[in-house]
Amino acid sequence: MSRLIVSARINGEARELLVDERDSLLDALRERAGLTGTKEGCNNGNCGACSVLLDGRLVNSCLVMAAEVEGSDVTTVEGLELGPQQLHPLQSAFLEEAALQCGICTPGFLVSAKALLDTNPDPTEHEVRFWLAGNLCRCTGYDKIIRAVMGAAETMRNTASSSEGA
Amino acid sequence: MLLCAAGETNLQALKYARASSIDEAIELLREGGPAARVLAGGTDVIVAARERRLDVDLFVDVKHVPETAELSFDATDGLTVGAALPCYRIYGDDDVRTHYPALVEAISVIGGTVVQGRASLGGNLCNSSPAADSIPAMIVLDASANIVGPSGERSVPVDEFCTGPGQNVLGAGEFVISIQFPAPSSASGAAWQRFTPRNEMDIAVANAATSLQFVGGAVASARIAIGAVGPRPLLVEPAAAALAGGPLTVDSIAAAAAASRAAATPIDDMRGSIKQRRHLAGLLTERTIRDAAARAGVTAPEAPGTSEVRR
Ligand SMILES: Cc1cc2nc3c(=O)[nH]c(=O)nc-3n(C[C@H](O)[C@H](O)[C@H](O)COP(=O)(O)OP(=O)(O)OC[C@H]3O[C@@H](n4cnc5c(N)ncnc54)[C@H](O)[C@@H]3O)c2cc1C
Repeated sequence: MSRLIVSARINGEARELLVDERDSLLDALRERAGLTGTKEGCNNGNCGACSVLLDGRLVNSCLVMAAEVEGSDVTTVEGLELGPQQLHPLQSAFLEEAALQCGICTPGFLVSAKALLDTNPDPTEHEVRFWLAGNLCRCTGYDKIIRAVMGAAETMRNTASSSEGA
Repeated sequence: MLLCAAGETNLQALKYARASSIDEAIELLREGGPAARVLAGGTDVIVAARERRLDVDLFVDVKHVPETAELSFDATDGLTVGAALPCYRIYGDDDVRTHYPALVEAISVIGGTVVQGRASLGGNLCNSSPAADSIPAMIVLDASANIVGPSGERSVPVDEFCTGPGQNVLGAGEFVISIQFPAPSSASGAAWQRFTPRNEMDIAVANAATSLQFVGGAVASARIAIGAVGPRPLLVEPAAAALAGGPLTVDSIAAAAAASRAAATPIDDMRGSIKQRRHLAGLLTERTIRDAAARAGVTAPEAPGTSEVRR
């Protein structure tokens, strides 16, 4: 087995990871970087549990080789918090709406929803459902997740407009 | 910080190399031999390697070869799309949205948003699945693949590119650097549709595309392609011939649909039956003709008494 060192910014921090050349980004995050928030579901691109942002773009980390992220920027669910003990509005909304049960899909939904709201702060329900089609949940039946994302979007819009007004 | 744990990976023994120029990619592929594979978005090839459906010992990442990341449009020369550019970059481009809506329709439903962050047009073409969604769109838009390899450059029309399921014309050490689309002519339009049980994250039971060009109300030229209904995406010349030379009529559209049904050689599988797929090849031909005509500013006549439920 051959090893290599991959340098990347992970959640804003410069990291050097010693990876197996066969590692996916998902393997590297969980096994080498100790960031186990990102989950493995299907390992073939269908379930979205391993969703992360790579240079700002939503991807399945199981379908990216660790070696590919040399020099890149990676954001995982651990990078969502706004500050110590300060949850992202999406995380708060998921708790308030009880938008999870077993929790395996939740990090993927959070990262995916963040990617949506980063580009579209005021999505329709249809747009939210379409965007999240690559994230599977077998517990909630999705309604609570959709409500949480719509709610978080509203909170974020209100915060943005009140800070603009200030 | 350096962290290392003894995690297990499930990929086969595999090396990774990043090519930064065409020459470097050719050299890496040559050195690597048959078990060296081009890596673009990885949404097919990483899964295939992991599931041991492919023998791979080297990934040659071509995303950093500048030509594979190009995107340029010119009203005379048309559109050049780098082979490794992910779908979201292509459909996010204003010129592509304005001039190539049929391509946008096809690549907006490859997987979901997450997959579109990586999946490329070159990967969809070179994976050469009979159900590949972008291929019928590229065929009717008269696209060609720009290929490079150890013996130089060549260009192959997309309709001649695939030779069977997972098979194509690429020789040893060759790869696609870009896809070339001619500029759309005036009074023309193209459209793409597929049928899937879900709206997203599903593989086509059947797909089809049509492009039409009109002169004085008559169809001057037409291209019709169908997918997932045979061993490779197919340009259906008899369907186009049924339309060319006259105005669109209920009869000519029906004749084109019949030609597509006749050209289809589908299989039965978990996604659909032979009978359903053949029916869909005709239906999607008809629907894409209507959509393509509308984009060219022509209203296709409806058969009297039909109030077909669209989509
Ligand atoms: C969850 C999921 C859903 C999907 N849904 C769809 C769908 O709805 N419709 C659809 O058509 N496909 C679908 N796919 C398949 C896949 O995403 C597409 O075929 C995609 O376009 C492949 O592009 P890629 O860049 O990821 O290719 P890769 O996986 O990198 O490569 C695919 C193949 O082509 C070769 N290759 C890639 N680029 C080149 C090149 N430039 N020159 C020569 N060879 C090359 C590779 O060696 C490999 O054999 C889906 C995949 C997943 C995981």
